[in-house]
Amino acid sequence: MKSLKELEEIRQRALESVNLRKERNGTRIVVGMGTCGIAAGARPVLLAFLEEVKKRNLQDVIVTQTGCIGMCRFEPMAEVYKPGEDKVTYVKLTPEKVRRIVAEHIVNGRPVTEFTIGAADQQ
Amino acid sequence: MEDISLYMLDLVQNSIAAGATIIEISVIEDVQNDKLILSIKDNGRGMDPQMVKKITDPFYTTRTTRRVGLGLAFAEAAAQACDGGIYISSQPGKGTEVRVEFKYHHIDRPPLGRIDQTIAALVACNPSIEFVYTHIAPGGRLRFDSREVQQRLEGLPIDHPDVVEWIREYIGEGIDEISGGGGV
Ligand SMILES: Nc1ncnc2c1ncn2[C@@H]1O[C@H](COP(=O)(O)OP(=O)(O)O)[C@@H](O)[C@H]1O
Ligand SMILES: [Mg+2]
Repeated sequence: MKSLKELEEIRQRALESVNLRKERNGTRIVVGMGTCGIAAGARPVLLAFLEEVKKRNLQDVIVTQTGCIGMCRFEPMAEVYKPGEDKVTYVKLTPEKVRRIVAEHIVNGRPVTEFTIGAADQQ
Repeated sequence: MEDISLYMLDLVQNSIAAGATIIEISVIEDVQNDKLILSIKDNGRGMDPQMVKKITDPFYTTRTTRRVGLGLAFAEAAAQACDGGIYISSQPGKGTEVRVEFKYHHIDRPPLGRIDQTIAALVACNPSIEFVYTHIAPGGRLRFDSREVQQRLEGLPIDHPDVVEWIREYIGEGIDEISGGGGV
């Protein structure tokens, strides 16, 4: 059984790794967690965002959730807010799409247009 | 929904939407009485009796054109399909408890699913809410309290990725141990 003592090691390690999210005004990723979203696979999508952020040690990125975004047929959905840029809404997400979004948009600043709501609307 | 852990995630969304700051989730595998119980208790804004009636009374709801929402209706249908049901008690200003009961050995009873992932996702996205998770199974009992974890962290945010991963493993391994390994 894992023990709560391990948390002290995690704490030590985290505090040693330089800038501990001093200010969290970087990128925000908001995953829709309404009933339709959850049924369509929002949890694995959210976990994929968390995993990528952890793996790449993206310290100024926050992954969070909201209720129903209100467009059930596009679920799972997520909105990406980067400071000073327009919101980008991604639709019909999968963990694979999430990995591309993190690599191309979150890290390199190029939104993955083909996964956005605009592209889905034109289909 | 495919499994109990997804119903859990969805029902907790109602507690979050109701402004809860403490959410107690429990799963009781009462094999002796052939029952599986999922319970979500929160200190959110609660509902008045009419509202509770509206969302639980099947006669009332079939007469209106549509349900108030989908989540409770899904959970209720799943529970009823397994000789169980859904029970809601709520007090305005105090909080709500939603209990979903299934017949444990019913052939259609959804599996537990990845409760570790549900709790980890909830804590990661809602660091200021206290989540208490209790799981009682034939093999023992697991209890997790996010406030206890937060206290041990002495200032490190509970939504730090390493902490979230630890929480997921703690709950996953804990459940495996008491339910005798593997998703039920
Ligand atoms: N824990 C709770 N606290 C307060 N109100 C609740 C709670 N759970 C459900 N409700 C009320 O019941 C309604 C129906 O819930 P639900 O069936 O999950 O649909 P939805 O979440 O889509 O509205 C909610 O909109 C809310 O008004
Ligand atoms: Mg709901």
